[in-house]
Amino acid sequence: MNQTSAETRTVVVEREVPYPPEKIWHALTQPHLIEEWLMKGDFQPVVGHRFDFRADWGAVDCQVLAVEPNKTLSYTWAAYGLESAVTWTLTPTGTGTRLRMEQTGFRPDQQQAYLGAKAGWPRFFAALGEVLARTN
Amino acid sequence: MRHAHDTLFRTLADPTRRAIFERLCRDGEQTVGALTARAGVSQPAVSKHLGVLKQAGLVRDRHEGRQTHYSAQRGALAALIDWTSQMAGFWQSRFDRLEDLLKRMDQ
Repeated sequence: MNQTSAETRTVVVEREVPYPPEKIWHALTQPHLIEEWLMKGDFQPVVGHRFDFRADWGAVDCQVLAVEPNKTLSYTWAAYGLESAVTWTLTPTGTGTRLRMEQTGFRPDQQQAYLGAKAGWPRFFAALGEVLARTN
Repeated sequence: MRHAHDTLFRTLADPTRRAIFERLCRDGEQTVGALTARAGVSQPAVSKHLGVLKQAGLVRDRHEGRQTHYSAQRGALAALIDWTSQMAGFWQSRFDRLEDLLKRMDQ
């Protein structure tokens, strides 16, 4: 593909919320609360735990990577060939918490390693990149 | 937003279908006959693949006499390419819902 896709892709959403980290942690880690704002899933705040988030459009496969109560939570996020990891960071402020979500997509070579020979995505993305390079 | 991704990925997951799409991107508009000659599968199979590609918005057809010409719609790939802005929009909306929930938890 093009040059930018050779790098890791990251999405960051950050907000100040007027609540203490402990309260936000509950919303991030208790399945009946997660379901209310994110998706339905059998999440457990245990490193290595595999679970999925389900919605009417499909499912996201996840595995817990890191848990530090009231501070940080990280899990993989895989759906239809889009491999990524989502990390939540909670930082207390004077009036509440700065809540940061960072989603990082794997680099194409890592993605290729993950998908292995069974998928033609690398070839597809390469072809797509050529097409786009010409279109631009 | 996920729906658009799902449809595109499912549509392009098939190697024959992907090859047809790539050929249309590379060589421009073509008839079913011309595509069949190089696809390695039967004409009905090629037609079926084109139907799926059309449903996903990846190709457009144009009738001329008894021939149907197909061309690639590269714009349909925008949903895949613009992954980061799609996900950012997704997470912004989830943050909104999370804040609503936190507010309700107060009560």
